[in-house]
Amino acid sequence: MRIVHIIICCIGITSTYLVTAEAQTSARQSGYQSMSAENQALQDDPNANPAVFWLMDGQTLWKDSAGPKQKSCASCHGESGQSMKGAATHYPKVMSGKLQTLEGQINQCRAFNQGLPQFAYESKQLLALTAFVANQSKGLPIDVQKTANNQSDLKKGHDWFYQRMGQLNLSCAQCHEERAGLKLGGSIIPQAHPTGYPIYRIEWQSLGSLERRLRNCMSGVRAQPFEYGSTEMAQLELYLMWRARGMPLETPAVRP
Amino acid sequence: MSKTSRTVITMPDKAKRGEIIEIRAIAQHDMETGFRYDQNGKRIPRDIIRSFTCSYGGVEVFKADFYPGVGANPMVIFSTIATESGTLQFEWTGDDGYEALNQAQITVT
Repeated sequence: MRIVHIIICCIGITSTYLVTAEAQTSARQSGYQSMSAENQALQDDPNANPAVFWLMDGQTLWKDSAGPKQKSCASCHGESGQSMKGAATHYPKVMSGKLQTLEGQINQCRAFNQGLPQFAYESKQLLALTAFVANQSKGLPIDVQKTANNQSDLKKGHDWFYQRMGQLNLSCAQCHEERAGLKLGGSIIPQAHPTGYPIYRIEWQSLGSLERRLRNCMSGVRAQPFEYGSTEMAQLELYLMWRARGMPLETPAVRP
Repeated sequence: MSKTSRTVITMPDKAKRGEIIEIRAIAQHDMETGFRYDQNGKRIPRDIIRSFTCSYGGVEVFKADFYPGVGANPMVIFSTIATESGTLQFEWTGDDGYEALNQAQITVT
């Protein structure tokens, strides 16, 4: 009887040990790791990834001279777009006192330097151009740091993440931190690291921004979603990118 | 932009005679089913790719019909036997005058 007790004890200890070890190795993971092998293959093959078309469109827009000044992105930043390498890893970023997302900065550049009307948020053109720019940083670690400039926005973003909202009264953290890895319906709840935006989401059958994804969750908990391009959105994006700092950028990622 | 004539073909450019080669063809298309309604309750008309064909040296080697159940940006993966050096022509046709054309060369030794 005593031997049996000892054995049970041992098994108990080993399994606790295994669980802790697993929790440590899988401390932070991209949504990529919990996807099916088929979806991973779709993301990995640049010719099969449906986002390839947005990258092509983005490249065309990059070189397109337009507006009163007949300037294209390429006129200042170079034909290949390689000068944008690493740029996406720093956004959202405080630019002349305002927190800007990558999309916001592209639009800002368009309005001020090209003298053109800004693209609508979530329009195909803006997504294509953002994907093209972010794709230049593929594989580089996300490098959003806490600085004197962004700390108040980062704090607000943090607060949004832990803020319960909507009729279901849920915060981001309750699912994506406390229950990450468990299931919601049939799908695994990811840890919400925005490593691959803009993403090709199979559910959307299209490319979409992080803000679209965040609005999805907000309407899911029956809250009033933050507006596209709003400061609240940028703050939440900033916090999420800071939380994922060091993880490699996958743009354009594929998600189910 | 959602429906352009952009397509991508992935296949080997060299093959041995008699070898089975895999061809992947993807086209940018929204594949609007015709069963959806817009915000005003108006039905969005169907706008899909209807057919895809591949001809190898002028001979049709593969054909597929598409239906509203097919998702956006459809990818077709199929195989054929490398018989001779030449051109493979890929053609997509669909609703509302949609047409896309792509070509690929293969050298068979």
